[in-house]
Amino acid sequence: MVQITSPAFKQNAARALADAGLQKALGKAKGAFLQRRAEAVARLPEFEQLRDIGRDIKNHTLANLDFYLETFAANVERAGGKVHWCSTAEDARAAVLEICRQAGARTVTKGKSMISEEIGINDHLEKHGITPVETDLGEYIIQLRKEHPSHIIAPAFHLNREDWEADFRRMHTDLPADRVFNERRDILAEARTKLRQRFIAADVGITGANFLIAETGSSVIVTNEGNGDLTQTLPRVHIALASIEKVVPTLEDATSLLRLLARSATGQDFSVYTTFSTGARRPGDLDGPEEYHVVLLDNGRTNMIGSEFQEMLRCIRCAACMNHCPVYGVTGGHAYGWVYPGPMGAVLTPSLIGVDKAGHLPNASTFCGKCESVCPVKIPLPKMMRHWREREFERHLTPAGVRRGLGVWAWFAKRPGAYRLATKTAIGALSLLARGKGAFRSLPLAGGWTKGRDLPAPEPGGTFMARYAKMQRGR
Amino acid sequence: MSKDAILGAIRRGLKRGPLPADQRAMLDGRLATHPRHLIPQRSRVSRPEQVALFVRNVEKEFGSVTRVADAKDIPGAVADYLAAQNLAPRFVLAPNPELQELPWSDKPMLEFEARRAQPSDAVSVQHGYAAIAETGTLMLPSDPARPTTLNILAETEIVVLRASRIAGAYEEAWDLLRAERTDAVTGGFMPRNVMLVTGPSRSADIEQTLELGAHGPRRLHIVLLDDDPAARSADDPTARSANDPAAPPTP
Repeated sequence: MVQITSPAFKQNAARALADAGLQKALGKAKGAFLQRRAEAVARLPEFEQLRDIGRDIKNHTLANLDFYLETFAANVERAGGKVHWCSTAEDARAAVLEICRQAGARTVTKGKSMISEEIGINDHLEKHGITPVETDLGEYIIQLRKEHPSHIIAPAFHLNREDWEADFRRMHTDLPADRVFNERRDILAEARTKLRQRFIAADVGITGANFLIAETGSSVIVTNEGNGDLTQTLPRVHIALASIEKVVPTLEDATSLLRLLARSATGQDFSVYTTFSTGARRPGDLDGPEEYHVVLLDNGRTNMIGSEFQEMLRCIRCAACMNHCPVYGVTGGHAYGWVYPGPMGAVLTPSLIGVDKAGHLPNASTFCGKCESVCPVKIPLPKMMRHWREREFERHLTPAGVRRGLGVWAWFAKRPGAYRLATKTAIGALSLLARGKGAFRSLPLAGGWTKGRDLPAPEPGGTFMARYAKMQRGR
Repeated sequence: MSKDAILGAIRRGLKRGPLPADQRAMLDGRLATHPRHLIPQRSRVSRPEQVALFVRNVEKEFGSVTRVADAKDIPGAVADYLAAQNLAPRFVLAPNPELQELPWSDKPMLEFEARRAQPSDAVSVQHGYAAIAETGTLMLPSDPARPTTLNILAETEIVVLRASRIAGAYEEAWDLLRAERTDAVTGGFMPRNVMLVTGPSRSADIEQTLELGAHGPRRLHIVLLDDDPAARSADDPTARSANDPAAPPTP
């Protein structure tokens, strides 16, 4: 189970900044995602229009969520599947365990699923004598390391190649100790061989779901490796874990969202495997599971409906927001202290575990707005982080120092003359100290800021108001 | 019960009770008509260009394509591909009448069994139901004659596809499935499983660097049968030009 360390975000972040291995991995990884997404978007001129369509599909679905969930469930059952409605993580754990017990399961293979992290199913199964085996390459090494994913689509975002090699040598002790990993593909090949046996031996396969389709009663998974398909095809029983907001009305709706998903996530035009599962094996079929279950999880999401956080339920978990986030880019995902990191985590986590525990996360933002500008379903993430800051303030959860600071700022903000004088003085002093340099690497009294990042020096020419006044005069 | 609790909580959040009958009817109508949204222009081209777009996209995604003019050339194309890849001429074949009828005996060195795939199978030859030019994607619905295991277990998957089955956009491929298939269990059109496959298996989990050959096939090869006169290459004088570039392929 993921231990909640969100209340210690500041300490987590400080540790992350001092972790050379993590900084190396983050530095290498983030540029790749940004560039590939930008290229994929450039290849599809309709991308911006599709974002509006994606937003509208999700809004329509959320406004009629009860109807579409009931329709989905009825169609799953028509196809010989079973839907397990679960209000809490505990309900979902119990439902999965019961299905596994009924199946007499000893090992369970798993496709990548963030809901599985959210409900902590691996620990629960292990506690009851069932061995869960993660099969997504990134999730596999995370399980070997007894860690949790640091990114929602690239679980091992925080690791370097050396880590992979060391962990494989440590864990795969049946292989020759002096084997050589010349290329990344040698690591991949070893994982493929190791997991092959697991796929074949598993009694139950557990996957997540990127979408549920009401029209057909299907669950959809999107992967590049093919592990999800092996997981849901070979064992006798398939369980799809999905939260309630994953449902969309029709195949056409899912198709429009799929045009956004891979481009926003990995910068591919389409992922390698997009698979629609509908019920159990049909008469005459030569393969496929004999049982099909959907575990449908609420776990706090219904509380977001009708609140200022309802729009967060549009999220399709592409990770574009964290890939583009300057805070995530230096702290990595583990600092956020629970399942969902980055801007989407900063909004979702307080909704699901409480702002008392996760109040730091919506504060861990520069409000640069990049997350909203790349979100494929146009979730106003900064606005919602602001809502959380307000709630935190109202509930007096904000630390005294911050409250005092806000008080001082408010005093000036309400007195424009004093405000302008103060900013003019500060900018003058900073310009003097900067001596023509673009940024400060360190600054007296601002060590808390400059320890983890540079402070930009003021541009020459004075405050905005001073320059604006000058421009007006020049007309 | 959790179902009622969840539905009740949703309705409380939406500040309403269960939807009234007229609104339910409207939503049922939306499901029944399943309206399309915007379809990108990239696939709104003539038939020969759609086929060319499909081939280009498959190759961009690290798959490969051999085009054959006649069905009788398919066994030869399979044999040549396996030889070129230095693979043993042995495979599992989808138990599909269209594939089983091919003149395999012309290439006696080819050994195959028609069945589902086993973990020991190195090569599979699958039947392509349809394809989508927009992204070079194959549509492979499960069926007694098109087992899912052929798409995932072998290291090399060869898919035999008719050019007449290449649609421009995903929506057109869904419409083929809607028009052609009736499921014995549900009475609907969805089979147990539909895989949309775009290139061979890969992973970028190690330092976000793409490597081919994760858990699924390392190689994806398509033998494309040019059975569609309207879809022959644009510089082929016998090719009929498509009057309606947006027309879906004939089922």
